Amino acid sequence: MSTDTLSRWARFKSSNLVHDFIHNKVAMVSFLIFAAFVIATVFAPLIAPFDPYDPLQINIMNSELPPSWQDGADPQFVLGTDDQGRDLWSAILYGTRISLIIGICAVALQAFLGITIGLLAGYVGGRTDSILMRIADIQLSFSTLMVAIIVLAVTKALFGTQSFNEYALFMLVLVIGIAEWPQYARTVRATVLAEKKKEYVDAAKVLGFGPIRIMLRHILPNSVSPIFVISTVQVANAIISEASLSFLGLGMPVSQPSLGSLIASGQDYIFSGSWWITAIPGFFLVLLVLVINLLGDWLRDVLNPKLYKG
Amino acid sequence: MFAYLVKRIFQAAAVMFVISIISFAIQDNLGDPLRELVGQSVSEEVRNELREEMGLNDSFFVQYTRFAKKAITGDLGTSYFFKEPALTVILKKLPATLELVLGASIIIIGLSIPLGVYTAIRPKAVLSKAIMGLSIVGISIPVFLTAILMIYFFAVEMRLLPSYGRGDVVEVFGYWKTNFATWDGFKHIIMPSIALASIMLPLFIRLIRSEMMETLQSDYVRYAWAKGIKAKRIWFLHALKNTMLPVITVGGVQIGTMVAYTILTETVFQWPGMGFMFLEAVNRVDTPLIVAYLIIVGFIFVVTNTLVDLLYGLVNPTVKLARMGA
Repeated sequence: MSTDTLSRWARFKSSNLVHDFIHNKVAMVSFLIFAAFVIATVFAPLIAPFDPYDPLQINIMNSELPPSWQDGADPQFVLGTDDQGRDLWSAILYGTRISLIIGICAVALQAFLGITIGLLAGYVGGRTDSILMRIADIQLSFSTLMVAIIVLAVTKALFGTQSFNEYALFMLVLVIGIAEWPQYARTVRATVLAEKKKEYVDAAKVLGFGPIRIMLRHILPNSVSPIFVISTVQVANAIISEASLSFLGLGMPVSQPSLGSLIASGQDYIFSGSWWITAIPGFFLVLLVLVINLLGDWLRDVLNPKLYKG
Repeated sequence: MFAYLVKRIFQAAAVMFVISIISFAIQDNLGDPLRELVGQSVSEEVRNELREEMGLNDSFFVQYTRFAKKAITGDLGTSYFFKEPALTVILKKLPATLELVLGASIIIIGLSIPLGVYTAIRPKAVLSKAIMGLSIVGISIPVFLTAILMIYFFAVEMRLLPSYGRGDVVEVFGYWKTNFATWDGFKHIIMPSIALASIMLPLFIRLIRSEMMETLQSDYVRYAWAKGIKAKRIWFLHALKNTMLPVITVGGVQIGTMVAYTILTETVFQWPGMGFMFLEAVNRVDTPLIVAYLIIVGFIFVVTNTLVDLLYGLVNPTVKLARMGA
């Protein structure tokens, strides 16, 4: 049986990636946990026993109840309640949802900007290339978190807390998304520079294909594996950035908490011994980021892409 | 080399110019300096007069030139809250932040080099695998969570270390207050330094490891083995030297990251440094202080980045050639 009679699925199944995955316990466990996270957050409204956004379901009398395995707990709140009397388990489910949405959307934005700019810089070359890459160098030298803190702090001061909170999700995606495009741009540009001299690109040109088609259909597929590896690490970083910003009060408001804002709201209660308000959301945050990082490490080892080193 | 120097300094100046424009635009749009001065009880005519007098009706360009001229002489306005020149306020907070960064740097440098080298020369050892495993866990824990958990265990539960503030500081050179002179001061800086180091340490261990492994594969190291040079000499003299080059540049670039993480660490530990001050200034809408922070931090950042780049060009001739052409 020749390869082209195999279906895409069969080719995928016999690939190196899948073979290695089945034999790598760390990768398998990480993937299962990550999948559990995704499923739990997609179906959060069905799984969560309470709606943390509904003020009618929150009773301040229930505040600071410990998790169910400790003394003085209320069995209807499995992981206890936070300082406002919200069920912690429900809040974590919805919070992880927000963290994941922001992480994935921000990385999608980064990838879109970075791939477009990288293709353009590599394919057009010359002055456009050197200007774009200079900007990328400068942008990369500013740490994302530093820029994000400053931009969000100033925006918050400009528009006031009220309207800032309304657009917080949007702002977070925008700021984290715009700050990290050079990661993608550099890798894509390096691929374009290596590939555009090759014969198949000349052949495509002779066939009369336009530059956009050549860039997207012929050159870009060569950088799929580095893009894949960068993306996993970037999602983990974006989630940590989002949590840090929310922790500083520059992200998701307390009425619509992400994991970072949940941790922040529990910080003051640690001194009175209510460790769970901080520690349990913290545990889920670390677990989520850790499994994504482990998957990223594994992908890097398996795909072994030549990452652009600056 | 000279052309590269000029090019690099020009780039630094351009970045600084952009930072100053942004800072000025913020000052222009954030809050009303008149209201901060006279309050709300003054009539509209007097307001307009004052506005004209202070030059608030001039064009953006005229106002920016005035702002830039003042900024170059060190006049960054007066903080609304502290009623002191913004530059003075920041310079007072600077030592606390720098000492925190120093404490973290000692931990990072002291641990990352031995651990990175060890994991590179013994990649199969159990200890190496443990170090690498822990380092990926370390990368995944956000700095503020490390800080809070440390406070919970070491300050609340065990009561070993103080949880906030700088404690007993001693003044040296008439201006600089240091934490390293008394036991109490030292106890206060331990946890913030570890928290700040916790996020960078794994990154550096991994970086040193991968660079070192690459260097150990190179021809000159093989030649050194063939020549019969002792293992320790090859590892720590020949290989380590070339490993540290890329590490220095990455270290320089991390300054910006360090600034961001000082804001987080200082907030958790209520450390009276620049980062904590910045967040407070934002909450109080203390515009001159926000602007002064941006300019000072931007300046420190641009200067260190330029210096690191130039140093790297000086130390490593191959990079110099490649970059000078670009």
